[in-house]
Amino acid sequence: MSRHIQLTETHKLKHFLSIEGLNKSLLTEILDTAESFAGISEHQVKKVPLLRGKTIVNLFFENSTRTRTTFELAATRLSADVLNINIATSATSKGESLLDTIRNLEAMRVDMFVVRHALSGAAHFIAQHTAPHISVINAGDGQHAHPTQAMLDMFTIRQHKKQFEGLKVAIVGDILHSRVARSQIVALNTLGVSEVRVIAPKTLLPAHVRSMDVIPMHDMDEGLEGVDVVIMLRLQKERMNSAFLPSESEFFRCYGLTESRLQRAKPDAIVMHPGPINRGVEIASSVADGPQSVILQQVSNGIAVRMAVMTMTLGSHGGTA
Amino acid sequence: MPTPTLNIADLLDNLEADIRQQIAERKLDKPLLIGIHSGGAWIARLIHQRLGIAEPLGLIDITFYRDDFSQIGIHPNVKASQLPPHLEGRDIILIDDVFYTGRTIRAALNEIFDYGRPNQVLLAVLIERNGRQIPLQPDCCGTRIELPEGQRIKLTGPEPLGIDIRTLACAA
Repeated sequence: MSRHIQLTETHKLKHFLSIEGLNKSLLTEILDTAESFAGISEHQVKKVPLLRGKTIVNLFFENSTRTRTTFELAATRLSADVLNINIATSATSKGESLLDTIRNLEAMRVDMFVVRHALSGAAHFIAQHTAPHISVINAGDGQHAHPTQAMLDMFTIRQHKKQFEGLKVAIVGDILHSRVARSQIVALNTLGVSEVRVIAPKTLLPAHVRSMDVIPMHDMDEGLEGVDVVIMLRLQKERMNSAFLPSESEFFRCYGLTESRLQRAKPDAIVMHPGPINRGVEIASSVADGPQSVILQQVSNGIAVRMAVMTMTLGSHGGTA
Repeated sequence: MPTPTLNIADLLDNLEADIRQQIAERKLDKPLLIGIHSGGAWIARLIHQRLGIAEPLGLIDITFYRDDFSQIGIHPNVKASQLPPHLEGRDIILIDDVFYTGRTIRAALNEIFDYGRPNQVLLAVLIERNGRQIPLQPDCCGTRIELPEGQRIKLTGPEPLGIDIRTLACAA
């Protein structure tokens, strides 16, 4: 379904809901477009007039300061107007249905919804039911997908490694609950890396891991051997209560990224993390702040990638926009 | 209508002479040359050599400033504009290959003004053709030609530079 709903008849990106269903050339187009935007943040006037007159609504049903802020910055650097709807205090909490909220915003002539929701499929649902001139971007839905995070990670990898062919990438931590990991795995395989390893205890790997085109591993030292990219995932502390893990310190002992462990990766390996990081839980401070860490570059790149996706989707409407 | 014969070397000679005259008349001080990607940048590179200007050539890609985004969307691989960080108070010579509707120049001026407020901007083009749609016009040009509405003129290059005139179903 996502395959069709995301694309126009001429195969342009209309919505950005998941990486699934997008081919290598479209993902590359997103990265190339983002590269064009990367320089704007260095200008004295950090703004271009491409989306002047467009209204973008940030619909965050789940909190996320970093994601919302970078979407907002991306939109304002494109000269769009941004509306942040605080769901906690909005009509939704007074019992208005999701579709009624959408209909009301549509009546205010908005052009894009950026949706973050705790339920998988929420952004798809809105894309299916919204007016045809509106584009929807998934800013994270349940445990399903977080495609802009995956693309900013791909952008960061390409920045450092130039190409995807031949790369070995390790994703470490709570794969089971991570929408980021799911989107990253699909993006990495579509872009043609040679190997994606997922490293986690059995309790934090999904049951269908074998069908995900990855190599599941349980030993961190073995898993990091010779990799070009290490992606650490946030250990979601809210999961700690549900018997997935014995304790934080136990997790760090087995799966925490320390300087000595990192030495097993290639000497020029980069360390990534989608944030927010739990220092001393999944990653040691000395690694997070160390020379191989590109964690803050990921944040900067997030703005350029979101600018690219906003421009491509809003530019796909042709004369109808 | 017969297609005009255009010799690029002659046009460059005319353009250079015209620019030199304007620099003197308008008393341009240490002018900064800016070429518009892609054809304008090729011409600007040659004029930059001919005028013997030491300061590096500026380059501008107007994609983010186009007025037809809603119709055509965005193309990836936009070349990053290369301009000095401060254009405040500068004298600028903006160079393009063909002046037609004027929309490209409108977009380029908007981008330049986002870098600061220049003192003067001189517009120099290799070829000015009919078909203006907004009230802008070049200060210097290599030649002026009249073409039928359906014909489009395009510079090909960079090596060798050529001029391509063809009839389009829908002229851009």
